Amino acid sequence: MLYLDHAATTQVRPETRAAMAPYLDDACGNPSGIHAVSRRAKNALEEAREKAAALLGARHPLEIVFTGGGTEADNLAVVGSALAEGRRGGVVITAVEHDAVIESASFVEMLGCQVERIGVDENGRIDVSAVAEAVDSKTAVVSVMTANNETGVLFPVGEIAAAVRETAPTTLVHTDAVQAFVSEPITVADTGADMISLAAHKFGGPKGVGLLYVPREIKLEPVVHGGGQELGRRSGTHNVASIVGMVAAMEATVLGRAEMRARVGGARDIFESSLREAIPDLQITGEDGPRLVQHSHVRILGVPAETLLIRLDQAGLAAAAGSACSSGAIEVSHVLAAMGMTEAAAGECVRFSFGWPTETGDGAAAAQLVASTVAGLR
Amino acid sequence: MKALVAMSGGVDSSVAAALMLDQGYDVIGVTLKQWEGENGEMPLAGCCTVSDSEDARRVAAQLDVPYYVLDYVDEFTEKVVDHFGEMYAAGKTPNPCIECNRRVRFNVLLERTAALGCDVLVTGHHARIRHDDAGYHLIRAVDGTKDQSYVLHMLSQQDLTRVRLPVGEMTKTKVREYAAQMGLRTAAKPDSQDLCFVTEGSYRDFIRSRFPEAARPGPLVSSDGSVIAQHEGMVNFTIGQRRGLGVALGERRYVVDIEPTTSTVVLGTREELLAAGCIVEDVSFIAGGPPASAAISVKIRYRSEPVAATLTEASGGSWQVRFDQPQLAVAPGQAAVFYNDNEVLGGGTISGAMR
Repeated sequence: MLYLDHAATTQVRPETRAAMAPYLDDACGNPSGIHAVSRRAKNALEEAREKAAALLGARHPLEIVFTGGGTEADNLAVVGSALAEGRRGGVVITAVEHDAVIESASFVEMLGCQVERIGVDENGRIDVSAVAEAVDSKTAVVSVMTANNETGVLFPVGEIAAAVRETAPTTLVHTDAVQAFVSEPITVADTGADMISLAAHKFGGPKGVGLLYVPREIKLEPVVHGGGQELGRRSGTHNVASIVGMVAAMEATVLGRAEMRARVGGARDIFESSLREAIPDLQITGEDGPRLVQHSHVRILGVPAETLLIRLDQAGLAAAAGSACSSGAIEVSHVLAAMGMTEAAAGECVRFSFGWPTETGDGAAAAQLVASTVAGLR
Repeated sequence: MKALVAMSGGVDSSVAAALMLDQGYDVIGVTLKQWEGENGEMPLAGCCTVSDSEDARRVAAQLDVPYYVLDYVDEFTEKVVDHFGEMYAAGKTPNPCIECNRRVRFNVLLERTAALGCDVLVTGHHARIRHDDAGYHLIRAVDGTKDQSYVLHMLSQQDLTRVRLPVGEMTKTKVREYAAQMGLRTAAKPDSQDLCFVTEGSYRDFIRSRFPEAARPGPLVSSDGSVIAQHEGMVNFTIGQRRGLGVALGERRYVVDIEPTTSTVVLGTREELLAAGCIVEDVSFIAGGPPASAAISVKIRYRSEPVAATLTEASGGSWQVRFDQPQLAVAPGQAAVFYNDNEVLGGGTISGAMR
């Protein structure tokens, strides 16, 4: 199977698996305990926190809050800052955020918070000034993703953060870097954001674990209540093995990023150029602007995505449409709708996403398979 | 050879998929997502629901065949659910499963069969297909008590060339035995009775909330025209209904007519419920044209046996069916399906009763 759905999730790196193993076995302790087994787990947890902080350029390890994944990190950032200290702060998001952010915003809106949703242009890009103009002194948080998970289009989060601070110095800026971290240099300084969400399984870590970078002075209302772990910001027994695995994957990602960008970006570029040769009217979303090197979001005119994806699955290639419901049926993507695409046009869009295990030849092989499948359908 | 198997999550389509594998086909399983709750999830109860699609998915995994959920919510809503409401608003008693087969399901599935590179479409319906020099024939199922040929009467010769109904050759008992032998999780699953798009409460509540015009109140009159009472909505009444009329009368009374323009519901005696025949519209014939002999048998509702009748063409493309013996409760909106012994000749939608 040629796996080109790494944006949905990807395989665990060997470093991850090796780092996790002891904490699934005899080092299984609960870090909150008193004995040697717990001490070992606690030590591993705090070592992982220090390493994650260093890799993200945080000032202090306690600026890293471990969560149960990217969705939870986004919830904590958006809901937590909007509701902090009993307030009902305003929230500004883009219309193309991940559902984790969109639904968090809708949730606090239901509780009385003002929510503004900023649209994008037909290339999926955002107008920095439109975000800044939507902010006022009552805005608690602005949440803008680093890169869109469907199209791969990168947003100028640094510029947005600067513009927001100029308008409203107390407003927090959050970025969901879940899709971007594997290939983009994500540090506190690079993004300029006050809060950053990551999900381990997008960069070779295990599923069900993530983190939120958030300085200690930022007040957050917790969204998971319980035993008060993570300075009360995220209760629940620490998932030590997964946290350790995530940080091992982070380290491997950061150290290997330049090589990965070249290899994966090269495969993606060959994929797109070969595919365009076979399909001259191929439309590549966001190709004229900055986008993730591993994403190829394309529209193939006259070929329904559902048919193409099933045919490709039969032929041994795994890809995705932008958005699927829990049953696996393809749904109309809110991202493409926000870009002004008609339902019919959106129904012809497919996302091929390369990942850290991608080999140089995968691009050409995939293009050939897609081209021959499309030829059979057109 | 490759087969697209429409898997509902029930035992029949599970076994249909397994039988095609036995016959040496490559199998792809699909479930059509036809209806969804407010948040886009599959409905929780009834046919084609979230638990049913999960059963279909698990059976496909057990059989080691690929499985996909295909989204046809918009088409289904427009062509089946809205039509269902319109029919009720017109005082008729529609059969949405037949309308779905006629307007959405088979068209979509046959189109998908071709698009996904499959040679045949397989469903778990209990009916049989036979082929001879004259063409394709649709025959009642081996298991007469489970026969579903009624809901397939709209299939054409072209459709039948590509459709396979393997479980129609088996009794339901055999189907369940086979499923149990294979260890399929659906082996003992009860047959589905509900409409796939009515998630909770009764279909009448569903219609009231979604199609208020079909729930208009109006007069309840006796067959001589005298007003007995006011009723709370046409949707509460079906031709032939005796219970729940909301009035206590000295003798047995049945709904004998519904007049949609005035929302009038007419009650009458059992004799007044008898019809000499019916007018049938949107008629199609399996063979492509009408049968040589006008003497047929006709089935006017899902749960009744065919009765002897004479079929003649009427004006404007509709057909007239005259029963040999008058029949009770001919309900406009239901399908009338024509048979010659065990063979389905065709059918259509009842538009009115002949007194």
